[in-house]
Amino acid sequence: MNLLRYIAGRLVVYVLVVIFALTVLFFVPRLGPTDPVEAMLAKVASQGAYMDAAQVDALRQSLADTFGLDGSLWDQYGAFIKRIVLTADFGPSLSMYPTPVMELIRNALPWTFGLLLSSTLIAWVLGNFVGLLSGWKPNSTSSRVMEGIAICLYPIPYYILALLLSILFSYIWKIFPLTTTIRGAPWSWELITSVVWNSFLPAMSIVIVVFGWWVISVKAQTTALKEEEFVRYARLKGLSDGRILSRYVLPNAILPQITFLALQIGLMFNGSLITEILFDYPGLGLLIYTAVLQGDFNLLMGTISLSVIAVATATMIIDLIYPLLDPRIRHR
Amino acid sequence: MITVDKVTVGYGTTGFIKAVDEVSLTINDNEILGIAGESGSGKSTLMRAVYGDFSTGLRIQSGTVTGRFEDARTGKVIEAPSSQFAPLWWDQLSYIPQGSMSVLNPLMKIEAQVVDGLPARERQGGSRALRQRIAEFLAGFGLEETVLDAYPHQLSGGMRQRVLVAIAAFVNPRLILADEPTTALDVVVQKKILLMMVEIQRRQRNSLVLVSHDLGVHYQITDRLVIMYQGRIVEQGPTAEVFANPQHDYTKNLIASLPRLHGKRAVEVVGAPA
Amino acid sequence: MAKFLADAPFRLYLGVVLVIVFIIFGGILPWFAPGDPLVWYTAPRNQNPSAAHWLGTTSLGQDVFWLLTYALRNSLILGLIVAGFSTVIGVFLGLAAGYAGGWLDRVLSFFMDALLCIPTLPILILMAALFGGQLALPIIGFALVLFNWPYPARQVRAVALTMREREFVNVAWFSGESSVRILVRHIFPYIAGWSAANFINTVLVGISTESALAVIGLSSAQQATLGTMIYWAINYQALLGGKYIWIGSPVVAIVLLFIGLFLVSSGVSMRSSARRMSI
Repeated sequence: MNLLRYIAGRLVVYVLVVIFALTVLFFVPRLGPTDPVEAMLAKVASQGAYMDAAQVDALRQSLADTFGLDGSLWDQYGAFIKRIVLTADFGPSLSMYPTPVMELIRNALPWTFGLLLSSTLIAWVLGNFVGLLSGWKPNSTSSRVMEGIAICLYPIPYYILALLLSILFSYIWKIFPLTTTIRGAPWSWELITSVVWNSFLPAMSIVIVVFGWWVISVKAQTTALKEEEFVRYARLKGLSDGRILSRYVLPNAILPQITFLALQIGLMFNGSLITEILFDYPGLGLLIYTAVLQGDFNLLMGTISLSVIAVATATMIIDLIYPLLDPRIRHR
Repeated sequence: MITVDKVTVGYGTTGFIKAVDEVSLTINDNEILGIAGESGSGKSTLMRAVYGDFSTGLRIQSGTVTGRFEDARTGKVIEAPSSQFAPLWWDQLSYIPQGSMSVLNPLMKIEAQVVDGLPARERQGGSRALRQRIAEFLAGFGLEETVLDAYPHQLSGGMRQRVLVAIAAFVNPRLILADEPTTALDVVVQKKILLMMVEIQRRQRNSLVLVSHDLGVHYQITDRLVIMYQGRIVEQGPTAEVFANPQHDYTKNLIASLPRLHGKRAVEVVGAPA
Repeated sequence: MAKFLADAPFRLYLGVVLVIVFIIFGGILPWFAPGDPLVWYTAPRNQNPSAAHWLGTTSLGQDVFWLLTYALRNSLILGLIVAGFSTVIGVFLGLAAGYAGGWLDRVLSFFMDALLCIPTLPILILMAALFGGQLALPIIGFALVLFNWPYPARQVRAVALTMREREFVNVAWFSGESSVRILVRHIFPYIAGWSAANFINTVLVGISTESALAVIGLSSAQQATLGTMIYWAINYQALLGGKYIWIGSPVVAIVLLFIGLFLVSSGVSMRSSARRMSI
C-alpha cells in the first residue's frame, strides 16, 4: 500500500515536472528581444532559399502555429501544452519539408538511445568491476594506478574527450572514420559492422568519462562496505572472496548508484548531444544542431521538447525502479 | 578439542599492542565454557585467536592455539593450529556474532543467509528438502517458516538474534563460539535464547564457548567459567564453584556488583545454597 | 603519482597548485598582453612555436598564447560568477526550505527537483537559436545560475532538516539565541565544507557548459573563451592543416584545469567530512 502511494506520488511529481519544463519552453521564445518568427524567416531567406510571397505567408502561418502565437497568452499556453502532451505533433520540418518532425525524431532516437545505453552499460559494468576490485584491495599498486587514471578521466567533459579521440585516432593516427557514414542493406552484416565501427569513437568518449566516475564511486563504496559487519560475518562463514564480493558487497554497492544515475542522466544527455554533433552521428543531437543551422523551428521545438521530456521520463523510471530493487523500501 | 598454550595475542604489524597475555586454557568436548571480563579485558581478542580470525592486524606473538576435530561421520581427525582453521569454518566451527542491525546482509533473504556457507554434508537432499529442514529447525527457536522469506529489516532484534544462533547451530559443528550473543536484548528474550543455546548444545553434544561481560548470563548456562582481567586469566573453574567461592579480588568484586533481590545477591537467591 | 593521488591531503595540494597556475595564467597574464589577441593579423600567420610566439600563431594571425590567456580569463570569470550566485542562492533557499518547512519547503523542493531533471544544454541551444544564433556570456551565466542553484540547495536543505533535530541546536534555541545566530554559528560551519566543494564543482560545470555551447558555435563570438577558441580552431581547419597546437592548447588547458578543480573539490569534501567525523 505504501508502495502504491509512493508510485502515485512520484507520477504526480513527474506530470508536474513535465508541465513545468514545457512551461519553460513555452516562455523562452517569448523572452527574447526579437520576434522569433521574423528572425526565423530572415534566417531562411539568408540561406538563399527563394520563396514567393504566398510561400512566405504559409511559412509564417506554420511558424505562428508552432509557437502558438494566435490568441491571448493564456490561450497560446493552453494550446501549446495540449498539442505537445496530447498529439505530440510538431508539424512538418521546414528544412526537410514536408517530412513531419516526429518522423525525423523517430529515426534519430534509436541512434541516441543506442549510443547512450550501450556506452553507459559498458562503462557501468567495467567501472563496477574495476572499482570493486580496487576497493577490495585498496593498497595494491594496480588499484592505486586505476584510481589515479579514473581521477584524471572523470572531470574531462565528453566533448573534449571526443575531440581528443578524434584528433588522435582520426587525424594523427587514421584508424577510425572522422564522420559517421553508415553503409549496407538493412540487417546485413556489413551494416552492423559499419554501425559498430562508426559508433566506436563517439561511444568511447562517453564510456571513458563514465567509467572514470564509476571507478571512483564504487571504490569508495566498496572500501566502506568492507568494514560492514555483514561482510566480516560472511568472511567468518568461510565464504570465498568471489562470493563475498558478488553476493554481499556488489549488491549493496549497486543500490545507491541507481539514485545517483537518476541525477546524472541530464548531464549525460547534454554530453552525448555535443558528442553526436562533433562526430556527425545521426542522433537527436545532430538533429537539434541541424535545426539550429537551418533555422528549422518546428524541428527545434520538437527535438528540444522531446529531449526534456525524455530526460524527465528516464529520471522518473529510475526513481520508480529503485524501491522495487531495495527490499528495505519494498517491504516496509 | 582446543588447547590454548601460553598464548600472547595483540594487534599491529609494526608496533605490537598486547591484548591477551600468556593465557592457557582448554576447551573440552561437550561442554559450555564461559569467558567473562569487562570490555578491554581481552576476551574478544582471545575468542578471535581461537576462531582463527587473524584479520585487521591481529597476530599471535608467542604460544599456540591448536585444535583437534573429529569428524562425526568419517571419523577422520584433523589437528591444526588456529591460523589454519579457515577451511574448517562453517564446517567444524561456527560463530554467533553480536546481533546488531548490520550483521545480516540487508539485501538477502534469511533462507539464503542460512544456506550460504553451509558445508556439503548439511546441504544434501535438494533445496526443497533443505528448506523444510531449516524451517523445522527454526520452529525449535519459535520462529515461523515465513521468517525464511523475510529480509533482515523485517525482523525484530530478538528474532534476528535467534536467526543468528540458528544459522550457526544448523551447521552442526563441533565448536560454536558466541560473542556477546544476547547483550543488546531485553532480559526475557535473552533468557529464551540462552536456554535454546543450552538445549542445542546438549543435543549436538559439541562445545560452546560463550563470551559475555554479564556474569548473570554465565551463571545461567555455562559449565565452566574463565574470568579475564587486563589480558590475563585471573580465575577459572566450574561455574558453580567460581560463584560460590571466588578466589581473586576482581571476581569477588564482579559477583558483588550483581543486582540484589531483597537484600541478597540475585545469584544467591536463584542459585544453589552454596 | 597514482599512489599520492589516492591520498587526500596531497590530492588537495596538487589540485590547488594546478588551479593557482591557471588563475595566474588567466587572471594576471592578460594584463601583460602586447595587444588585443583577438584582433586578426596582428602576428604572422601559421607560425610554429618560437621565442616571439610561444605557442605559435593561428591562421588568422593571432598569437595562440595570449589568446589562450584571454580565453582562460573569460572562462574563469564566467565560472566563478555562476558558481558564486548559484551557491549563495542555493544555500539561502536550501536553508529557507529546510528550516521553515511547510508549504515553502514543498514549493522550493518541487522547483529543485524539477530543475534538476531538465537538461540545461537543450534549453541553452534553444535560446541561442532564438536569440539570433549566438548567446552573450551574461545570458549564458544567468541561465546557468538558474539551473545550478538546486544542487547546493538540495544538500543544504537535507543538512538543515537534520540539524533542526540536533541537540546542540535545540540547546541554542532554548537558551534564547536568535535564529540568525543559530544559522551562522551552528549550522553554517556544517555546510561550509560541502558548499566550498560544491562551489568549485559549479565553476567546473559552468565553464564546461559554456564551452560545450561554444564548441558548436552557439556561444558569444565577441569574447574568447576556452570553448570558442576550440570552435575557431575547428572552423578554420586547424585539424586538416595539422595545427595541433592551436586546437590542442585550449583542449589541454580545459583538461588540466578540470582535473585541478576536481582534485580541489574532492579533496575539500574529503577533508571536511573527515573533520566532521572527528568532532
